[in-house]
Amino acid sequence: MTTVAARAVGTEADRVEGLEKVTGRARYAFEHPIEDMVYAAPVPSVVARGEVIAVDVAEALTFPGVIDVLWHGNAPKLERVGNAELHVLQSPRVAYRGQYIAVVIAKTLEEAREAALRVGVEYAVERHDVGLRADHPRLYRPERVNPDLPADVQQGDPDTALAAAPVTVDAVYRTPAEHNNPMEPHATVARWDAEGLTLYDSTQGATSLRDAVAPLFGIEPSSVRVIAPHVGGGFGAKGEPHPPVVLAALAARRTGRPVKLAVTRQQMFSVTGYRTPTIQRVRLGAHPDGHLTAIVHDAVEQSSTIHEFAEQTTTPTRIMYAAPNRRTTHRLVRLDVPTPSWMRAPGEAPGMFALESAMDELAAACGLDPIELRIRNEPEVDPETGLPFSSRNLVACLRDGARRFGWADRDPAPGVRRRGRLLIGTGVAASTYPVYRSACQATARAEPGGIFTVRIAAADIGTGARTVLTQIAADVLRVPLGRVRVAIGDSALPRASLAGGSSGTASWGTAVTRACEALRDELDRRGGTPSTGVTVSVDTTEENGEPSRFARHAFGAQFAEVGVDRDTGEARVRRLLGVFAVGRVLNPKTARSQFIGGMTMGLSMALLEESVLDREFGDYLNHDLAQYHVAACADVPAVEAYWVEESDPHLNPMGSKGIGEIGIVGTAAAVANAVHHATGIRVRDLPIRLDKLLT
Amino acid sequence: MSIRVNFTVNGSAESVDGVWEGESLLYVLRERMGLPGSKNACEQGECGSCTVYLDGIPVCACLVAAGQVEGRSVRTVEGLADGDRLDPVQEAFLECGAVQCGFCTPGLIVACHDLLARNPAPGDAEIREALAGNLCRCTGYEKILDAVRLAAARRAPRP
Ligand code: FES
Ligand code: FES
Repeated sequence: MTTVAARAVGTEADRVEGLEKVTGRARYAFEHPIEDMVYAAPVPSVVARGEVIAVDVAEALTFPGVIDVLWHGNAPKLERVGNAELHVLQSPRVAYRGQYIAVVIAKTLEEAREAALRVGVEYAVERHDVGLRADHPRLYRPERVNPDLPADVQQGDPDTALAAAPVTVDAVYRTPAEHNNPMEPHATVARWDAEGLTLYDSTQGATSLRDAVAPLFGIEPSSVRVIAPHVGGGFGAKGEPHPPVVLAALAARRTGRPVKLAVTRQQMFSVTGYRTPTIQRVRLGAHPDGHLTAIVHDAVEQSSTIHEFAEQTTTPTRIMYAAPNRRTTHRLVRLDVPTPSWMRAPGEAPGMFALESAMDELAAACGLDPIELRIRNEPEVDPETGLPFSSRNLVACLRDGARRFGWADRDPAPGVRRRGRLLIGTGVAASTYPVYRSACQATARAEPGGIFTVRIAAADIGTGARTVLTQIAADVLRVPLGRVRVAIGDSALPRASLAGGSSGTASWGTAVTRACEALRDELDRRGGTPSTGVTVSVDTTEENGEPSRFARHAFGAQFAEVGVDRDTGEARVRRLLGVFAVGRVLNPKTARSQFIGGMTMGLSMALLEESVLDREFGDYLNHDLAQYHVAACADVPAVEAYWVEESDPHLNPMGSKGIGEIGIVGTAAAVANAVHHATGIRVRDLPIRLDKLLT
Repeated sequence: MSIRVNFTVNGSAESVDGVWEGESLLYVLRERMGLPGSKNACEQGECGSCTVYLDGIPVCACLVAAGQVEGRSVRTVEGLADGDRLDPVQEAFLECGAVQCGFCTPGLIVACHDLLARNPAPGDAEIREALAGNLCRCTGYEKILDAVRLAAARRAPRP
């Protein structure tokens, strides 16, 4: 075998599947050509709570093209699983507005949709409660918060420390419900045959979707195959299965035909998850020189009545700053709403908005530069566990960012910089995201012609995973990129964790590294590639199970400059700059895009995104892209992302930390802090709309 | 009631039967003609993912009724490359890393193609304005701007 040390990792390799994507040839879930296909159109509930007492399908059934109508009275029975959101069409209970009540299957989509309007549903309506309040009588403490962390953590005596602190901040911050809105709506093509169920699905994890769907239908995971070569974004929304995929599988089972189901943009607001709204109270106690004596961060969030989703909102506060007395808590209330789910940096994004806004308020109260305040409170070790950090370069990020952004001569006085009608301000916030890794399997195969194939059921939802895994494999095998093929996006491949928690590259990359190392050893042992080729398999369960002696987190610093129109109150970001410490960057091109994309979503969170709840009817009012605004090209000014050198041997064989989520963490606080600097107005509830800036 | 629609797609004359009169051009392309390059992300003209040329003018294919294209000519992302030779805009998207999940890409490529045809050397503000109707949730648009600049430079006639 060649001995050329191809150093692919660290280079700006082009996206492996880029050509398919720019020519329109890449096939997403809804686009796989399958014979004899029919279409499904769901019937959503129009009440937020109650019981379905009658479903009249007669008219729909006689509509041209209609094949069948399913509802809880005739749908195939499903087994119970942990998440009741997936018990689709199994009961007459309605837990939220928009929940699936029935589904029409017809020869064309138009026929299915038209007939769906003709399904008559009668409800016994009950009074709903969809309002999240900090004083809700049904607030409770969840057992654990995501992914599996204690709900409350306390050290020292924060109440006494707060009472004694010479300087304090005590403020309530609110973040609204937000919807992930990947550009590709969730879609499934479901087909049953003698072998079982095949799902072409827009999923962040082929293996995990297979493992979740199989028990619902009482079949072995080996009887389900999930195929997802290309996925049009997810940001968490395609991480765990939602009702649509189950509905498609049910419809296909009942009709015996392959069924296509694409969620409409409007329906995505009720059945594909969202970020919970939060109400957060942050209390900081400090000496006049800025040294923190106490940090208390309490979050109130919602979940549905049928499934508990407990977001880890205050967990970043457990590791950010040194303070001897500290408490972080989470309280939930179960409302008549859809179940919240994962959205990019779930917990960290809203939690750091609150903490990093409060730190800005403390800096002002102490008369300190906000960067200096953070540096003074930099902990020696992880404040929660006492473990050393495997690497922690927050200070380096703040300093590097300050230099690049031009922070040095900043006049801290708020509301004094004018340019025409604009008030100009700058702000900074820290950013963090934990390091996760999961066990995976992978195979590596050497073909006689010098081509290598790596197989793993990883997912590329736009991150560049396929490309980076190719780079990793090429380097371990010491061959040029062009000789490596990486097969992903199919549950028939060796089992892999899902693309979530910024853990994909770390988890899959470890398995790919081990597989390629084993293959190299095998080829050395055999003295070359045998004429039939050779394949090796690995499983990283053991390696992954070793507990770390380190606290492992990525860090970053975000800087924003805003301009606020004095007459209209409109706030616009003029520039954003982020510096991140994420271990080794494996592909600068795809990495930069991830950071910039995350920061842009953070800008969007700061100024635009809000799912507005209709209390009367119990659903989200602005359920399309005309009313739910995500940042468009003209909203986004110069966004720059950089990273500091960081070598961390305690992570994984690549030395990398996840980069998919950290870009959105802290951005909204940096923008809000800049708005305060510009105007003197502290906006503590997102998004920063003009009505909040007109005084 | 179903109709037959005759139109040209990417240079070839096509005739599609059984089209319901309320169907969109996008549906006909994707579901009846096996051309899923143009994406469906909102179905109501808000995202630009379905952008195609209709008689040389970029339109949201989701907003065009199939019957409206009778006798006219449609060009989709699948028809931009000349055989294996990519259009400079496609090339630039690839090289600049302007593609992530790729779902917005076909519509954006058509929109950028049109922008450069109208304005061979657009400034940044013009690019941002021209692309404001094409939403991308992944890239933050920076690399897309780079791609437009690169494609513009490549298309510029050499001195
Ligand atoms: S699908 Fe046509 S504009 Fe969104
Ligand atoms: S690349 Fe994913 S939406 Fe643009």
